[in-house]
Amino acid sequence: MQAFTDLFTELDKTTGTHRKLAALTAYLRQAPPADAAWAVYFLMGRRPRRAVKSRTLAQWAAEEAEIPGWLFEACYHNVGDLAETIALLLPPSTASTQAPLHIWIEERLLKLAALDEPTQKEIMLSAWQHMDTTQRLVWNKLITGGFRIGVSQRLMTRALASVSGTEPALIAHRLMGEWTPSPDFYHALIARKDSAGAHSRPYPFFLAHPITQPLEILGDPQEWLAEWKWDGIRAQLIKRNAQVFIWSRGEEMVTAAFPELTAAAHFLPDGCVLDGEIVAWRESEPLGFGVLQRRLGRKRADTRIMEAAPVVLMAYDLLEYAGTDIRQKSLEKRRDLLEGIATAVAAHPIRLSPLVPAVNWEALNAAMRDARARGVEGLILKRRCSAYQAGRRRGDWWKWKVDPYRIDAVLIYAQPGHGRRSGLYTDYTFAVWQDGVLVPIAKAYSGLTDEEIRQVDRFVRANTVERYGPVRAVKAELVFELAFEGIQRSTRHKSGIAVRFPRIARWRKDKTPQTADTLETIKQLSD
Amino acid sequence: MIIILFIRKPVASRSIVETSKSEHYRGERFPVHRNFSEAGSIGGRHSMSTSDGPLIEIRPAGLYCPAGDFYVDPIEAVPYAVISHGHADHARPGHQHYLASSLCAPILKARLGTAIDVQSLAYGEPVLRNGVRLSLHPAGHILGSAQVRIEHAGRVWVVTGDFKQHADPTCLPFEPVRCHGLIMESTFGLPVFRWPAPGQVLNQINQWWAHNRREQQPSLLFAYSLGKAQRILSGIEAIGPIYLHGAVAAVNQVYARAGIVLPAALPVGAKSEPHEFSGALIVAPPIADHSVWTRRFKKAERAYASGWMQIRGNRRRRSLDRGFVLSDHADWDGLLAAVSASQAEEVWVTHGFDSELVRYLNERGCRAKTFTLPYPGETDED
Repeated sequence: MQAFTDLFTELDKTTGTHRKLAALTAYLRQAPPADAAWAVYFLMGRRPRRAVKSRTLAQWAAEEAEIPGWLFEACYHNVGDLAETIALLLPPSTASTQAPLHIWIEERLLKLAALDEPTQKEIMLSAWQHMDTTQRLVWNKLITGGFRIGVSQRLMTRALASVSGTEPALIAHRLMGEWTPSPDFYHALIARKDSAGAHSRPYPFFLAHPITQPLEILGDPQEWLAEWKWDGIRAQLIKRNAQVFIWSRGEEMVTAAFPELTAAAHFLPDGCVLDGEIVAWRESEPLGFGVLQRRLGRKRADTRIMEAAPVVLMAYDLLEYAGTDIRQKSLEKRRDLLEGIATAVAAHPIRLSPLVPAVNWEALNAAMRDARARGVEGLILKRRCSAYQAGRRRGDWWKWKVDPYRIDAVLIYAQPGHGRRSGLYTDYTFAVWQDGVLVPIAKAYSGLTDEEIRQVDRFVRANTVERYGPVRAVKAELVFELAFEGIQRSTRHKSGIAVRFPRIARWRKDKTPQTADTLETIKQLSD
Repeated sequence: MIIILFIRKPVASRSIVETSKSEHYRGERFPVHRNFSEAGSIGGRHSMSTSDGPLIEIRPAGLYCPAGDFYVDPIEAVPYAVISHGHADHARPGHQHYLASSLCAPILKARLGTAIDVQSLAYGEPVLRNGVRLSLHPAGHILGSAQVRIEHAGRVWVVTGDFKQHADPTCLPFEPVRCHGLIMESTFGLPVFRWPAPGQVLNQINQWWAHNRREQQPSLLFAYSLGKAQRILSGIEAIGPIYLHGAVAAVNQVYARAGIVLPAALPVGAKSEPHEFSGALIVAPPIADHSVWTRRFKKAERAYASGWMQIRGNRRRRSLDRGFVLSDHADWDGLLAAVSASQAEEVWVTHGFDSELVRYLNERGCRAKTFTLPYPGETDED
């Protein structure tokens, strides 16, 4: 536990990739495999099912700290991290645990879930008593999840490759899908040769980079393939040993949520992996992300929901064919093989994502103007000769999104942020005019520079008109241009509409609140 | 005659009335009440009469004592200002007359100009104005920082200014003052703010510097230029050369004249070569971070000494390599201890987590309320 706590402190101390890498490799070199497996698991953002509810943890910590619940809440809103709030509030300790990480996890943490609440509490209090402040912070984070200290999948892969001498690509692949942290897993993870099994494992996704300049910089249009950018969820469909697995980009197994895709995969040859987008679809048209959302977050889909929100998989790449990894073949070759497979399932919800003809860049610019009407998010451009790489890489795959909707809205509420932005007012609610009243239209958290955030923070503190817990209502004075991707009717929102992926485009210091947009004009945008 | 002259041309008349100046000061504005034999002692509740009502009002210009006709740390320019300490949000320019502790007065002159009219008082030394007895008591915040004790018609109110109880070799320790009404700050008024022992934090700074020195890197330490920087410098080990930002160097001179022993340090010269700084400690105000000035320190490790560093998010947001938890304000326990020691019947809280502290005090049977002064926003100085 102490070695992992030191690693956490080192990682948390620095923003530099080299230092993080050095800290990780130093830890992995000395850690017993049983600990190392858990360190990899947690630092990559995985976590076991939450054993104790946040509210319950908060309550126990407040009792230990002898403070009322509301004061704990106030602290939490300022600190912006539950694990840290608890560590700071618990009475100071002189103890420090010497037990290894995997013992704390396997003997205590994993057993918590099955126990009744009084026993859980006993274990938690005893754990806190045995630990110093930093150990408590790390322990609490193991329970609440979410280390978020800048260890990306790529960084972890590099560290593991550096201590083992194994190919990073092989390690990245082994880290995909579901696995249980154990000494055996850790040995297999860093082994030079692959072992059998893991036939449900997906490949690391290759992600497109946003393109910000005119298409002409890509050179000869003949070297590129263009596809529509569908508004759905990215997925890999795997068929191996006559079994079908569907993985989302968040590495969540979503097979059970899409039985129609599993059924259609019956017609696919064995030993193949498709990459594509699951899109809500009826007849010849996409239904929009809002409809797809009804399919997400459920363990199983019943007939009723499948009727109401039908889906297709728009397949655009083939990563494995006849049991062989073909990711290093050119996109053109992979696409040929994919087209061959897709004809077998043509009438089914597994479809071939069509190419957008690209004789020249002007044709694509024209297609782009048509994108919103088609219900797609834009275009994806892929180099014909490109291999299927891992992660977000520049150069071969580009995404070009349609311009967002833009409106001017007034800041009316602010709330402190979390993590890096804790203690600063960074979470904002914006409003537009309706019959002379400002109605909330969107919440947005991103888009301002650090300096602008500090300025808005000062404004919020100096212009608070009312407080509701952590939320401050502020004088309607600041105007911001918001960008968002879509508008939907909503009965849950006061304004009657919900906007998709809102963010702050810029601070309109030149505008007064009176000149902000009205709800009516926004509704017209979507018509 | 003298009075008229003085009021008209206070600065020019000084030399003329030199001999009688102090008498004049005291007689007309904040006179010594020589009859008080227990001058400066802590007033006991039992010896006081019980005529009600606060001795302080909140006015647009700041905290005002109507009976004494003076302000404490006013925001706008006023005729009579009692100043708790030299930080910019408390000591503002433009007042006609200043009253401050004798250790604070030189700081005011250094910051606001020597032309300002300052009367200085020793800690505990009382003065009278319009029948109001006023005295200053150590607040432990920075050199010369004071709590303002105001007594009138048997009532005592205290304005703490900024204060702390943790050890600080550059100023006298906080002295609890009993009162009917206490007006206090709450910069760190949440129980997550509990300070480690300052000696322990100084050790961390020493170790950090020593480590960077071994790596031949500069150690760039951000600390508020008035108070925090000197507190650190007075306690740091002689590990290597120390360089100062101009703002820190200027304050160091004032501290040195007050007898505070600070280690020898060099100015960061315009022509300094980057290699001069490898292994050195550079102390600069936080505002210098990300400025052109800091660019000369190649490969510097950046750290910030502040109470805000207690929260990881504050450190990460500034992309600092280290955060040292060292504050010149009271922590949660310190705020509660100050309330309790004052035995005040009524507590007014401002600046910081005032609504949280007030609610907590109210739930514990202490009559407390928040108030807001029209500061131009809160600052993150400390």
